[in-house]
Parts: sequence; structure tokens; C-alpha cells
Amino acid sequence: MNRRPYVMLALILVLIAFALWIDLSNQITILNPFNQKSLIDRNVSIRLGLDLRGGLQTLLEADLPAETTVSSDDLNIARQILENRSNALGVSEVVMQVAPPRRIVAEFPGISNPEDVVTSLQKTGLLEFVDTGTERLNPGTVIQTDFGTDGAVSPTNTPDSTLTPTAEATATSDAAPTEVPAQTAPVIYHTVMTGTALDTVTVTQGATGQYQIAFTLKSDSKQLFADFTGSHVNQILAIVLDKTVISSPSIDSAITDGAGVITGSFTLEAANSLAIQLRYGSLPIPIKVVESRTVGPTLGQESVQKSLFAGIIGFIVIIIFMMLYYRLPGALAVLALIVYTMTSLMLFKLVPVVLTLPGIAGFILSIGMAVDANILIFERLKEELRAGRTLHQAIDLGWSRAWPSIRDSNFATLITCGILFWFGNAFGASLVKGFSLTLALGVLVSLFTAISVTRTFLHVVLDNLKITEHPRWFGL
Amino acid sequence: MNIIKNRYIYFGISLLVIIPGIIALIIWQLPLGIDFTGGSLLEIRFDTGTPLSSEQVAGIYADNSTPGASIADPIIQPLGTDSLSIRSKVMTDATKSEIVTSIQELQGGAVTVLHFTQVSAAVGKEVATRAAGAVALAALAILIYISYAFRGVQHAIRYGTAAIIAMLHDVLVVVGFEAIAGHFWGWEADSLFLTALLTVIGFSVHDSIVVFDRIRENSNHYKKISYKTLVNHSIVQTLDRSINTQLTVMLTLLALALFGGSTILHFVVILLVGVFSGTYSSIFNAAPILVVWENKEWLAWFKRKPSVAAE
Repeated sequence: MNRRPYVMLALILVLIAFALWIDLSNQITILNPFNQKSLIDRNVSIRLGLDLRGGLQTLLEADLPAETTVSSDDLNIARQILENRSNALGVSEVVMQVAPPRRIVAEFPGISNPEDVVTSLQKTGLLEFVDTGTERLNPGTVIQTDFGTDGAVSPTNTPDSTLTPTAEATATSDAAPTEVPAQTAPVIYHTVMTGTALDTVTVTQGATGQYQIAFTLKSDSKQLFADFTGSHVNQILAIVLDKTVISSPSIDSAITDGAGVITGSFTLEAANSLAIQLRYGSLPIPIKVVESRTVGPTLGQESVQKSLFAGIIGFIVIIIFMMLYYRLPGALAVLALIVYTMTSLMLFKLVPVVLTLPGIAGFILSIGMAVDANILIFERLKEELRAGRTLHQAIDLGWSRAWPSIRDSNFATLITCGILFWFGNAFGASLVKGFSLTLALGVLVSLFTAISVTRTFLHVVLDNLKITEHPRWFGL
Repeated sequence: MNIIKNRYIYFGISLLVIIPGIIALIIWQLPLGIDFTGGSLLEIRFDTGTPLSSEQVAGIYADNSTPGASIADPIIQPLGTDSLSIRSKVMTDATKSEIVTSIQELQGGAVTVLHFTQVSAAVGKEVATRAAGAVALAALAILIYISYAFRGVQHAIRYGTAAIIAMLHDVLVVVGFEAIAGHFWGWEADSLFLTALLTVIGFSVHDSIVVFDRIRENSNHYKKISYKTLVNHSIVQTLDRSINTQLTVMLTLLALALFGGSTILHFVVILLVGVFSGTYSSIFNAAPILVVWENKEWLAWFKRKPSVAAE
């Protein structure tokens, strides 16, 4: 007796047990038996995509001229900041992914107020420190700056010999609006540095109890700031958010140690607001929304229920068809199909694959393809039986002859999946991506179950049931 | 069963299906969704069950339209019995809130926003370009793969080409169907349509390969018989499998179409049409093309002799 099918059967049973364990749990925790520390602690609940649970998906793009290249560092920092910002808004489970070269995909599951989120994300944009010379611009004035036009900040890094270190570096701001000369031709101001140079921003109280904003700079910007403030004492360094002036403090003295304060007649509220803008407004690149999709939560729930129901119906129909047409092998193929479904679900949970509606459709489609592999084999099996081979010979021949067509045809499907994935990835089209990923996984798993599981089941059953004399069981 | 003998009849049936689609494409064009053109799509459900009329909604859009950001003349379509799908140019979020509030006020009952999608024109254009690239790339990759997989057979490139022709057949059937459905039911080709199309491509090639594989195998066993007989024999041998596979896939798709809800109906119907066409083309187009090529039958097409079909 050939032992190999039994070894395979044991392996398959282990796989089934493992798959069942994963499929039925939401959290896996494995403790080290010696010190009770957790070795593995993983959330394996099914992740539903936005189209199924409702929410907002947006595609953000660097708002720079098309010929400007956006560095991936800048894009990553912007992603990080936007993520922090949306977490600060109280939106949980935000997913933000960089889609090079100049986009970020942001997903906000389950939110009911997409307008508010988008507005707040758009509101806080690019923070610039702008050299306006001696001109004190009113808050709210929209200006033009040279940032982004030449691709990067080109700071005036002129060393200044008259620079003298002062113990207390202070820049005072006149928060109250002062008179501004009438606008003439549009002036393009020079951007000294952007908000990325800021390290910490806090609201403090000065000696006389007035509110002020203390800030420190990152070490790589200290020298630049020291040089600039040293050479521009008594001039204005305007704080500009999204090309709109929010404050026009003047430089009282050079700031050489990278730490300074902005003073003025701030109320606590005004000081806090400015601090928040400084802290969270420091995107390295300006960002605009180029695409947004909102799905209401009710639609998503309905879709899940409906497609699950449809999937179950489809599954039952396949079972009936396979049993009627292919009899005993058909029944075994159905068992293999159940193994297939459990294994795929396990992989979806482990990878993890975010399930979207087309993803579910892709999965159901892959069930169809899994059946196809079985059908190819069974048709071959029948042929070999008709040609007068013994059952075991027929099984092995059926498999080896069906294999090239299964391999080649499924590989072609995998190629299409790969191209779809590439297409979906470029646009954050998570629907297309989800479909290709589930279909590709399904195809791979179906290859495995058709080749090893169905075959093992057949061998084992034939060994034990002595049914060689019942050709009708094979639908002959 | 002699499929090869009647090959020109089957080619004719394909043309009968494809030509109306091509005419529809020329006259009505492929109705591209906002995924490819840019714009805004708002789907609203009226909780009372009775939606506003198209004129009322159009009026609200006109009221919120400004010369700088025109959203007048939206395309409004019913979605089931209680919902509307409204397509317009891109609007601001504030405008959208305004519109939803106005609709709610005019209707006098609560409304639910099912979907709200906005795509900028630039992104839409890029997606469209890239989608065309994806289809071309898929075709090329498959051609290369088949030529490689059949490298042991004489004229391996013919198999790849025949599979691509059958694939183009299915693409034309699906795109033509979409154009007709777009005209009569207001369907729009979105990125899900593209997903369905690429799946159909994969399926079509999948089917063709199964038939070709049999030809590849049989050509090693039967050296004496004519190529025509060999191809026909291979088609008939794989017929059971082709039909059964198609049946199971179509049954699952049918279940999805009937019970899967309106969100994926469009997607599933396109797949149904494409899978059916894919099986047809692999049996009745892809393999017969090999015979046409082997016999260089096009030489006879332009001669007077009506011998080809009767052969």
C-alpha cells in the first residue's frame, strides 16, 4: 500500500485545524510557556474596506507645478503629519499611504462627517516664514512667495559679520493690525524657511503675564535662522499659512540658539490657535484634494449581507452541480472546495487582505476557478478510465496530463492580476487592488487544493472503500 | 461533432454580435464614468421612499452653481425606486452640504448620502491613459507567455496571436455591450468596469490555453492526421470541460447578480457577458483561427471560388 496519500492527509488535516483556528478567532495570542510573555499577539479579524463599512477615501496630491519633482521624504513627512492631524480630530483607524511620485491616499473609515474632515485637512496646509522686508502685512493678506516655484527653498545663507549673540533672543509681534500701504503690482516674497524647520511650539507666559509663543528649531535649521535674523534685525518675518499671512512679527535681534519667542498682545485663545497652526501646519509641501469618495455606512452593511448571501447560494449551486455530474469525485472536490475556502479566509486574515466588495466578487470568482481545476482533472480521469486504465493509474495520469493546462491557464490569470494590482496601486484605487489581490490569492490556493487535496482524498477513499467495481460512482 | 467545418458560420455569429456593438460605440461612444472624465457623483437615498423629481434636483444644482464653478445641468438618474444618482462637475464640500440640505428641505424628509465621489479632471485623464496602458500591457504579457509556453510546438507565435484575437473579440463584445447598455440604461464605465474587463481578458485566455494545451498534447500523439482534424478533435475533447467550467462560473456570477445588490450588479453583468463570450471565442474563434492560418485561407477569400466554407 502506498503511504504517501496518508502522509498528505495528515498534513491537510493539520492545515484544516490551523485554518479553522485562525478563521474562528479575532486575536491570536501565543504565550511563551517558560516566562508567560506573549510570543505572538496579533489581530486577525477580517478587515473590511471602506466600501463595506462606510467612510471616506481621498486622494491628495502635492500642489506644486507639474515639472517640480516631489521628494519621497517630503511626501512621507506630509503623510505622517496628516495622519497625526486626523488623529487629533478624533478620527480613528485612519490609513494613509504614499502613492509615489506625488500623491497620498487617505482613508477614514466609518466617519459620518466627511466634509468636516476634508475641510480641516485642507485648511491646515503649508506654513512658511516669509521675508517681507520692512513691510508689515495685515493678517489675512494673501501674498505670493517663491517657495515651490524653483522646486526647493533656496535660503539666503549669507554669513553676517555684524552678528552678535544675545542672551535673550526675542522677536516681537504686533498682533493688532497696523496700516498697510495700498497694494501695487503683485510682489513675490522670499520664503526663508517652512514649518518643517520647527521642532517644538508651546504657549508660555512672559514676565508681565502676557501670552507668548515659544518655539525651538531643529538643529539643521538653526544656522540658517541665525544668519537670516542676524542680517534682518528690525525687519518683518511674516508667518504665512497657505499663502495667507497669519502674523507679522518683527525681528528684534538675531536668534542664534534656535530658540525664540513670538510676543504680542495675544489672548490665550489667539496664542493657542497660532501655536496649533505652527505645530500642525508645517507640511513640507502644499497638498490639494484631487479625488474623494464617501460611502454611507448603511450601503456598506447591506452590500456585505447581500454578497455573503449570494456567495452562499453560489456555493450551494456549485456543490449540487459537482455532485450530480461527477458523483464521487465531485463530492470529494466539494470537500476540497471547503478546505479551499477555509485556507483562503485564513490567508485573508493573516496577510491581511482588506476585503472590499469587488474583493469578495474576486474571491467568489476564484471559487469558480478552483472548481475549474477539478473539472479539468476529472474530465481527464474519466478519459483515462474509459481507456481501460486501473483507477489508481487513471488518477495519477489524469493529474499529470491535466497539470500543464491548469498551470498555463492560471498563470495567465496571475499575469492579469499583477497588471491590475499595478494599475490599482498607482491611484490608490483600493477596489481594483483588492479584487486583484483576492483573485491572485484564490488562484494560488486553488492550485494547491486541486493538485494536492482532491487527489489525496481520492486516493485515500479508493484505498478503503474498494469501489473499483462501481464505475457509475465516477459518472461513467 | 465538426466545429472546424463550420468555422465561418461561427465567425459570422461573432461578427453579428460585435458589429452592433461597434456601431453603438461609434454613434453613442463608450459612456465614461467620472473615474475617467473627472467630476462629481452624488448618490442619495430618500428615506421617505419618494425621490424628488429630476427638475427639482436640477433646480437646486442650478441655484448653487456659480460662473466660476458651474455645476448646472447635472445628469440625474433614478437608482432603484427610492434613490437618485446625480452627476455633475466638481464642487466644493461646502456646496455639497448646501445641496444636500436644500434637497432635504424641499423633500421634507430625511435623506441619506449613499455615495459621494469627486475626481479631478487631471486624475481622471491619467487613469484613462493608464487603463489603456494596462489593457495593452496585459495583452502583450499574455502573448509573450503563450509563445513561451508553447515554444515546443511548431509556430508557437500563432497560438499567442490566436489567443489575443479571441481576447480582442471578448473585449469588443464587452465594450460594445457597455456602449449599448450605457445608451439605454445609463451605465457608465468606471474603474470597476475596467476590473471586469481585465478579468474577462484573463478568463478568455485561460479558456483558449486549455484548448491549445490539448492541441499541443495531441500533436505529439497523432502525427498522421491532418491539422484540421487534430484541432477539431482537441476542441471536442475539451468541450465537456469548457462547458462545465463556464457553467459553474456563470452560476456563481448569476447568484451574485441576483442577490448581490445593486452596487455590484453592473460589474457582475459585465463579467457574465464577458465569461460567456470568452468561452465562445476560445472554442469557436481561437482554435479555428489556427486552422485558417495553417491553410493560409485568406488567399482564397478574395478569389471567386466559394470553396472555403464548404470545405
